[in-house]
Amino acid sequence: MTAISLKVNQKPVSAEVEPRTLLVELLREHLGLTGTHVGCDTSQCGACVIHVDGVSVKSCTMLAVEADGCEVTTIEGLAQGGELHPMQKAFHEHHGLQCGFCTPGMILSAVDLLKRNRKPSEHEVRDWLEGNICRCTGYHNIVKAVLSCAEQTKEAT
Amino acid sequence: MSESTTGRLVGAPIARKEDRRFLVGTGRYTDDLNRPKQTHAVILRSPHACAKIVSMDTSAAAAAPGVVAVYTGKDIADDKVGSIPCGWQITNKDGSKMVEPPHPALVADEVRHVGDQVAVVIAETKAQAKAAVNLIEVEYDPLPAVATVRDAVAEGAPLVWAEAPGNTCFDWHLGEKAPVDEAFKNAHKIVEIELVNNRVIPNAMEPRAAIGEYDAATDMLTLYTTSQNPHLIRLLLGAFVLGVPEHRLRVVAPDVGGGFGSKIFHYAEEAIVVWASRKIGRPVKWTAERSESFMSDAHGRDTVMRAKLAVDKDGTFLGLHVQNTANMGAYLSTFATSVPTYLSGTLMAGVYKTPAVYVEVRAVFTHTVPVDAYRGAGRPEATYMLERLVDKAAVELGMDRLEIRKKNFIRTFPYQTPVALEYDTGDYDATLAMALEKADHENYPARKAESEKRGKLRGIGYSTYLEACGIAPSALVGALGCRAGLYEAASVRVHPTGSVSVFTGTHSHGQGHETTFAQLVADQLGLTLDKVEVVHGDSDKIPFGMGTYGSRSLSVGGSAIVKAVDKIVAKGKKIAAHLLEAAESDIEFKDGKYTVAGTDKSKAFAEIAFAAYVPHSYPIDKVEPGLEESAFYDPKNFTFPAGSHVVEVEIDPDTGVVTVENVVAADDVGVIINPLIVDGQMHGGLAQGIGQALYEEAVYDESGQLMSGSYMTYSMPRAADFPMFKVGNHVTACTHNPIGAKGVGEVGAIGVPPAVINAVLDALRPLGVTDIQMPATPEKVWRAIQDARSKAQ
Repeated sequence: MTAISLKVNQKPVSAEVEPRTLLVELLREHLGLTGTHVGCDTSQCGACVIHVDGVSVKSCTMLAVEADGCEVTTIEGLAQGGELHPMQKAFHEHHGLQCGFCTPGMILSAVDLLKRNRKPSEHEVRDWLEGNICRCTGYHNIVKAVLSCAEQTKEAT
Repeated sequence: MSESTTGRLVGAPIARKEDRRFLVGTGRYTDDLNRPKQTHAVILRSPHACAKIVSMDTSAAAAAPGVVAVYTGKDIADDKVGSIPCGWQITNKDGSKMVEPPHPALVADEVRHVGDQVAVVIAETKAQAKAAVNLIEVEYDPLPAVATVRDAVAEGAPLVWAEAPGNTCFDWHLGEKAPVDEAFKNAHKIVEIELVNNRVIPNAMEPRAAIGEYDAATDMLTLYTTSQNPHLIRLLLGAFVLGVPEHRLRVVAPDVGGGFGSKIFHYAEEAIVVWASRKIGRPVKWTAERSESFMSDAHGRDTVMRAKLAVDKDGTFLGLHVQNTANMGAYLSTFATSVPTYLSGTLMAGVYKTPAVYVEVRAVFTHTVPVDAYRGAGRPEATYMLERLVDKAAVELGMDRLEIRKKNFIRTFPYQTPVALEYDTGDYDATLAMALEKADHENYPARKAESEKRGKLRGIGYSTYLEACGIAPSALVGALGCRAGLYEAASVRVHPTGSVSVFTGTHSHGQGHETTFAQLVADQLGLTLDKVEVVHGDSDKIPFGMGTYGSRSLSVGGSAIVKAVDKIVAKGKKIAAHLLEAAESDIEFKDGKYTVAGTDKSKAFAEIAFAAYVPHSYPIDKVEPGLEESAFYDPKNFTFPAGSHVVEVEIDPDTGVVTVENVVAADDVGVIINPLIVDGQMHGGLAQGIGQALYEEAVYDESGQLMSGSYMTYSMPRAADFPMFKVGNHVTACTHNPIGAKGVGEVGAIGVPPAVINAVLDALRPLGVTDIQMPATPEKVWRAIQDARSKAQ
């Protein structure tokens, strides 16, 4: 077992994990943060995307020990003070989710996109989401939500 | 629009009530649940498509760290655990019944597909169970396998089941042959086609999961499962597999991450965890890894269809003969047998006045994962065949592809087809006109010329489809072999202060029932949306239900809710008459108020609810206290959504890559409650349909190995594969349910695949390409181009 310390959703966390424990297992099974989902076993679907030090990461493809000393944000930590993040709001307003399973990964991936590219084109949004699979929405309303969020947050700054 | 809006909620694009929990990560899917003292199950699956189990040694696994129990097919058999049942019995042409082989939860003697379950290890942690399952030693004697329809029907093919000669499960027909033969005699031309409807894997993003929990104190069994229809699972698991009466078995389907049909069925793992939990006295949890999903979730489609269309000189359809061979896989999944027959054969008239139609369906066993309903279930196969055939007829007659469709459209209703169905309403000209307008059809030639300038090929494809939803009067389906009723149940509980809980037997796993049904009820009772809560997915809370599939939830489940609310309103009238000192016949209910007609005397709905629960001044000798009503609604007919899909593609002749440039869907799905949700359903269905047409295919090699067993090898559509979809609706109301709704969940996946392939062929036809099979991958398209070019030289 290895002792690790990290911050998860701004709260300090210490845990004893096996070297093989995946970061997503730490989140779901040790910390009870079940908003991060596991949809595949080949690092393809993106349901497990979280932020590590502000960058989107597939938490099924990172060991928990690698997150030692890092700041992790999961979907549970995105809304602040009960107020939805603009990306969460945009997904709601544009019906960017149906079954909700891919949604946490989609949202956290999209938030990272807008950090890197304040005003992405439709093409850039679709390309960026290559690592996130959705089976319900045909991506149509997800793309709309991301573009709308980009438009609104651009105006706000 | 806010949640506290009242009146005319029906028809408004209201953002969903259920979104918040999913947006902030507090949705509760089965794998998110953990029960006290829970153990973890991992299943050992067959690596062979067909093999005798010679011996199995579980001793090392049983002795491994953390292992609580190891069970095999022998334990299942010793405990007399029943076979996983099939829900629909098909009658053969000769009046005999289909072959119905056993489907044990764990196999003891012979495995019949890669992924077939042979043992289960239950341990304290999942990691321990995974480690121990590798210690089970199984000696297999591998046997020759058949994986495809064509191999299964070949002379001398290995038999999947000894009791099914020729691997035939059933040999069924529909319609009359003689008039079709007559039509062929008199035809100007006979157009023939042979099509493979490619096998696809549903791939709901949430892998299947199940937790079985036995409570010794009450002798109650609980199953938490990723299901589209918890009550049906309770019936099948309780009555057929475990022999547990309904009142001792609770089935909960909490938040479910997509289904698309694959979560309708009763799966072996559900039986295993419940049975094992009673044996070990602790909860047992199983969650599929994606690779397990690929080899254990029921697959979809997989038919080989040959069809002949008799046409007159002017393009009038005279007769149609369809011969379909459908792959059932190794076992009969819950509704597998109904898919190529009653959900596909009955659709062969489509939107056309073909006067004589005869359909033959042979179902075959293969050494593959069972095949069952997948979004559209049988209707996509019928639609794909018809719309490809109609295009081919137009080309062979030298007619315009739209003209030949219009020439044969059904325009008078009700319309009785030669294949059992009676369509109630529709307006196929209207949806076609809308689709062409949205597709900017008149400027297509300019876009084609522009593509050609860049050295690209451009094609446009059409599909004018019809489908049948809301299956169907129970008496009818019972006569046809269905072993269940297909009504829906609802219960509406008005609380003392006037808020309402609606209990529905349908199940929402992305469809937004918590919003759509609340809109219906809130309008009917004159309440704000936030006063109505929709509850689903728990057999202990919901009186009964048949679940969600076949786009039935609104047309059948919604109708049951409306009927239950009608009873609430009627009871409220009796209470209001007493409180307002008026005759019941003088009481009107509108906008949430009971009023004495022609006066300003009124009582709000909430006051009536309060009086019902605090009956101090109350007509107690005439009306019971309380305000809660239930209704069961049995549909009078199928509903018949229809529409027109137009797809434009661009093809790079050097690489064979097909780019989807324009997707238009103009559909008549009946009366719409929430257009935001309806559009979303359309988008998702279109994506799955385009996925089948261009990308997706479950591929087995000759030995029965699944070659496309992960997202590395199975091509799931991604965001960059699609343009923005253009969708629209033209409403003709369903005439026989109280809402007028027809159903929208499947229309995209049904209508669009032939439009895609017709567009690809339209682009390639000038090169001499006459056929292409789904999925039209770059390799297939490139080869078709090369073959045509070499033939032309």
